[in-house]
Amino acid sequence: MKVSLILEIAKALMLARFKQTMIAAIGVVFSITMFVALLGFMNGLNKLLDGLILNRTPHIRFYNEIKPSVNQPIDLADEFSNFYNIIRSVKPAASRLSIYNNEAIIRTLEEDPRVLGVAPKLSAQVFYNVGTIDITGVINGIDVEAESKLFAFTDYVTAGNYIDLKNTSNSIILGKGAADRMMAEIGDVIQATTSQGNRVQLKVVGYYQSGLGDLDNVQSYASIGTVQKMMGETASYVTDIQVKLKDFNLAPAMARDYRDIFGIDADDIQTVNAQFETGTNIRTLISYAVGITLLIVSGFGIYNILNMMIYEKMDTIAILKAIGFSGRDVNNIFITIALTIGFVGGTIGLILGFMAGLGIERIPFETEALPTVKTFPVDFNPKYYIIAAIFSIVTTYFAGYFPARKASGVDPVEIIRGK
Amino acid sequence: MLETPVLEAQKVNKYFFSPDKTQVLKEVTFQVTRGEFVSIMGKSGCGKSTLLYILSTMDTDYEGKLLIDGEVISGKSPSYLSKIRNEKIGFVFQFHYLLNEFSVLENVMIPGLKLNKKSRPELEHIAMEKLKIFDMQDHALKKANQLSGGQKQRVAIARSLMNDPLIIMGDEPTGNLDKRNSDIVFNIFKELAKEFKQTMLIVTHDAEFAAGTDRIIEMEDGYIIKQ
Ligand SMILES: Nc1ncnc2c1ncn2[C@@H]1O[C@H](COP(=O)(O)OP(=O)(O)O)[C@@H](O)[C@H]1O
Ligand SMILES: [Mg+2]
Repeated sequence: MKVSLILEIAKALMLARFKQTMIAAIGVVFSITMFVALLGFMNGLNKLLDGLILNRTPHIRFYNEIKPSVNQPIDLADEFSNFYNIIRSVKPAASRLSIYNNEAIIRTLEEDPRVLGVAPKLSAQVFYNVGTIDITGVINGIDVEAESKLFAFTDYVTAGNYIDLKNTSNSIILGKGAADRMMAEIGDVIQATTSQGNRVQLKVVGYYQSGLGDLDNVQSYASIGTVQKMMGETASYVTDIQVKLKDFNLAPAMARDYRDIFGIDADDIQTVNAQFETGTNIRTLISYAVGITLLIVSGFGIYNILNMMIYEKMDTIAILKAIGFSGRDVNNIFITIALTIGFVGGTIGLILGFMAGLGIERIPFETEALPTVKTFPVDFNPKYYIIAAIFSIVTTYFAGYFPARKASGVDPVEIIRGK
Repeated sequence: MLETPVLEAQKVNKYFFSPDKTQVLKEVTFQVTRGEFVSIMGKSGCGKSTLLYILSTMDTDYEGKLLIDGEVISGKSPSYLSKIRNEKIGFVFQFHYLLNEFSVLENVMIPGLKLNKKSRPELEHIAMEKLKIFDMQDHALKKANQLSGGQKQRVAIARSLMNDPLIIMGDEPTGNLDKRNSDIVFNIFKELAKEFKQTMLIVTHDAEFAAGTDRIIEMEDGYIIKQ
């Protein structure tokens, strides 16, 4: 009953100053709309850009690193065992790049319930022989089906059919940049020299375009068998094992465990892409900063309008106090006004923000660099809507706090005497 | 046995500090008993309004003791005083009338809604009864600012009666009205005194009005000189 009276008085005051109340609410609507649309758009872009790398990056990658042996001969010599031995200019040991016993490792990984899939890979440095010049490049030998299932390989094959890589022997999908430089058309046969000195003829069956220019200038793809043959290695020669997890947050811990079990190197996605995450975080931070600034500005609007309302309604406040309303009641009335403006403005803002998101999502966005993207990406994560809703209430509460406190402190005697 | 006075002021002193320290109320001591209709008279500036604001608990910055219904009111918390004002005191102003945002009926009802002891339909009924006393029932649904000055003052008096207060205080309630309207308001007060035995303390300039009350308190320069 008491609450309803407060609401009733708050409503009457708002209706009496309907225009100003509307303007304050429109301020909130605008800022919440912008907040939601901006964050949705920014994070849509973030996800897209992250996806460019992260979709194609294994969550864990196993490989053998070329590095110096940890146990140098001097450490084994008894006579120096009590010394602190320093050896300069240590050279890497001649270790094999191929992962030993990789079939067993792959089988173990595939049986792990946390693992979504495993794809072996093999990289070969080559020179493409174009007329009299040689262009350097890397040919990745991949398991075509696993690669397209786990790492969206097909999305980036912009011309030709990816499955030809498996069905046609000695075929290659060239990076778009490399293909342009070699002026190689689909169906052409190109010649490459491996670092072992083997010359091979490869048939171009498609183009690969990731959107990252540097990558597309260098990386090309062939089936794992083709690359093994090029290098003159057996079918057990694999340099990388790529793993995709069901939950990529488990990657660092799993990488650590398996590194010890298998005795080979393992990188997790978080470590490899640390700097990438930093970029994402900064973009997110900027959009939050802009959104919150907008909200604070609209908070000042509410503050102004409530202050004005209090000056205009001094008499009303004085009468209310004279007939028995306490300072707290008056305070609640004005807080209620502020929160109503925040709630109504916020709700409309969320709806408009959602619609703005839908609108942005329809704007065509076609670029050479992003072959899979046709319109602007928008992230409709409910998180942003919840944050916006909380913020609209919190800022309007603080905007109302000081005017309401001022109103509650109005001395009725002063006002009544002033007449 | 002596009946407890409705209102009692004991040695009330009041100072203003701007521009200089001046004493506007000096050792003001008096009582109002139940059912009494008392008027306060005195020259302009002698401290009548100041006294009334203290008595109505709105002004708490004074020396001395104030009792309402036998209870010491001086020094109580602001929120407790709000409750006292809501429940026990009806106040009629000279200029300040009504809440323009609300209808006449709602204006009368608001003290009852605030007290929150009866249901809304009950309160509506009571408010209507109060309006009928002043022949204002036909205006119940008008907005407050659609009334004439005399009508507003009648509604304001109806509002002061809403919670059946212990005492009604008025600060020159006819001071801003023409002769005809002030006669109407004056007659209303007399009727309240006679028919409802309503305790009232009214500040007035009008000697004729004062003559019609049970007792006149005369003030000069912050003193009560005759009662
Ligand atoms: N806020 C104030 N500050 C200083 N002096 C005041 C203030 N309010 C009233 N006074 C002075 O107190 C005296 C009493 O005023 P008031 O009670 O309004 O007189 P009355 O109602 O009898 O005409 C006057 O001299 C007036 O000038
Ligand atoms: Mg006065």
